Amino acid sequence: MTAPLHDTAAAETALTDVAGPVKAIEGRSPGRIAWDRLKRDKVALAGGAIVLLLILAAIFAPVLTSLFGHPPDQFHPDQINPDLGVPKGAFGGMSWNYLLGVDPTFGRDVFSRVLYGARISLIVAFLSAAVSVSIGVLLGVAAGYFGGWIDAAISRVMDLLLAFPQLLFTIALVSVMPDSLLGLTGTGVRMAILIIVIGFFGWPYIGRIVRGQALSLREREFVEASKSLGAGSVHILLRELLPNLVAPVLVYTTLIIPTNILNEAALSFLGAGVKPPTPSWGQMLSDAVNIYQADPTYMVVPGLAIFITVLAFNLFGDGLRDALDPKGS
Amino acid sequence: MLVYLIRRLVNVAVLLLVVSAITFGIFFMVPKLTGSDPALLYVGKIADKAAVEGIRHKMGLDKSIAEQYFLFLKGLFVGRDYSQGTDVTHCSAPCFGYSFKTEQEVWPLLLDRLPVTLSLASGASVIWLVVGTGTGIVSALRRRSVLDRATMVTALAGVSLPIYFTGLLALSIFVNTLGWLPNNYVNFTDDPVEWARNLILPWITLAFLYAATYARLTRATLLEVLGEDYIRTARAKGLKENKVIGKHALRSTMTPILTVFGLDIGALIGGAVLTEKTFDLRGLGYEAVQAISQSDLPVILGVTLFAAFFVIMANLVVDLLYAVVDPRVRLG
Repeated sequence: MTAPLHDTAAAETALTDVAGPVKAIEGRSPGRIAWDRLKRDKVALAGGAIVLLLILAAIFAPVLTSLFGHPPDQFHPDQINPDLGVPKGAFGGMSWNYLLGVDPTFGRDVFSRVLYGARISLIVAFLSAAVSVSIGVLLGVAAGYFGGWIDAAISRVMDLLLAFPQLLFTIALVSVMPDSLLGLTGTGVRMAILIIVIGFFGWPYIGRIVRGQALSLREREFVEASKSLGAGSVHILLRELLPNLVAPVLVYTTLIIPTNILNEAALSFLGAGVKPPTPSWGQMLSDAVNIYQADPTYMVVPGLAIFITVLAFNLFGDGLRDALDPKGS
Repeated sequence: MLVYLIRRLVNVAVLLLVVSAITFGIFFMVPKLTGSDPALLYVGKIADKAAVEGIRHKMGLDKSIAEQYFLFLKGLFVGRDYSQGTDVTHCSAPCFGYSFKTEQEVWPLLLDRLPVTLSLASGASVIWLVVGTGTGIVSALRRRSVLDRATMVTALAGVSLPIYFTGLLALSIFVNTLGWLPNNYVNFTDDPVEWARNLILPWITLAFLYAATYARLTRATLLEVLGEDYIRTARAKGLKENKVIGKHALRSTMTPILTVFGLDIGALIGGAVLTEKTFDLRGLGYEAVQAISQSDLPVILGVTLFAAFFVIMANLVVDLLYAVVDPRVRLG
């Protein structure tokens, strides 16, 4: 009776012994492979780290401004040259007291305004991406999976939206929108409109990609198998197709966010963003157009803020796309 | 081919009709819902009631939205009359109505602005097409070389930069600090040399932005095409490498680039809003921003439709060109 017991123990030790080498050829899930690849892509990781830092900075903007700056709407006329309306100090009035200088005319702390601007930028970019992704995935899958007239109708709508002069249409739309809507006022209304409009015009791009994917996925054997087991459309859509769409949707989401940041900034630049005195990057650049000759620093700070943010998202998105690409090595 | 063309043209007409209906509906209905009065915008707030009613009747603003839209369409195709008592103003086709602010016809205004935008778009598009696809091709053929890496880093930076920032930087450096270039638009017909000299900065700034996208797209597409079987076949049958690239690979690489180019050029002619605002070029986009800030609905509607027209037409031209460029595409 002892022998078999011993045998089992031996077998167990043998198993634990080979566990090391066995691990090397252990099956890795697609997510695991992607993560391993992403970990090796230093540039993408740097982009991701900057994105994370920016998000944290935006969340803790009140704390950071109280530690290193001044309230974003506080005027500091003592910092402004009364004759020229530009900051007294060199480089836009940069000093230890005003890390990124002060804005012309009012002398408000640019550091605080850029931080608070990041909040507007990121909230609008993320939420409008959520709008685009929800509509795009829903309608894209429906078009690709059901085909026929549903596909024809949805594809037509996508063509129509892509033919729309978006930027013009959006600024015009924002200008005719009321100042209070559905219980929201001021900045809230403008942000809600920006999110809806940017999100709405963004969905056809993702809709097209998802439609193409769904079109090819529905012909695959596992869908056939699921059907033959008696699965209904809802089950196939949610449990069979959707999980296969996660990778492209994820990649597209990280790449649509920087586009949205640029869109929000462009709309603010054209005066269709949040209303002053609420700070936003585009609006700061729009102010800078009138004064860049006398105070070039004021244009550089928000410009670089946009550049760094968008670049970081793009780097991370590119890396993620490469990591999730099944054809990649 | 002819059947295809006719079908596409009908499609274009329907698309434009829908765009115009939506735009018209939104811009003439939303003010109504929010309580601002288009008639008041024409005459100003101090006008007396009779004057407001007079203008309302003359411009047809007292009619229902559907009727107004129909009159607008009629104006586009056959022109329309605005009458106030015995005073009749005729607006000949294509009649986009009158500006609320200047009371000038919208159509001549659009035609007046178009050359500026065309000048900007034409010059910039030539630069970005040559530079963008050129560097993209070189990058793909010399993959992983220093040149490839440098190009791709620059291109990624390019797609992450907003034009109103690079534009301001360029103005600040080349116009204000160094004083190398002027920045006042001159008509091509007046002085072609000055026209180009004044537009060089906006051209390059705009082209840089687009060239970045094109370089990335060209590189990615060409790399994908080079992995196709027919390229291997072409090499296997002993074709010279530059013939493989030039005749086989580049042809299908051009298809997606053409698509994007068509959309971009259409959108740009429809209004290079940001570039025009940054460089103070009084083109269609500039006019649109101006009109929007003054709630000048007829001008907004006019520019939006005009822009949509260019985008849709550009799409059509691209689809027709497909058949020429890509031997796999047959129209029918």
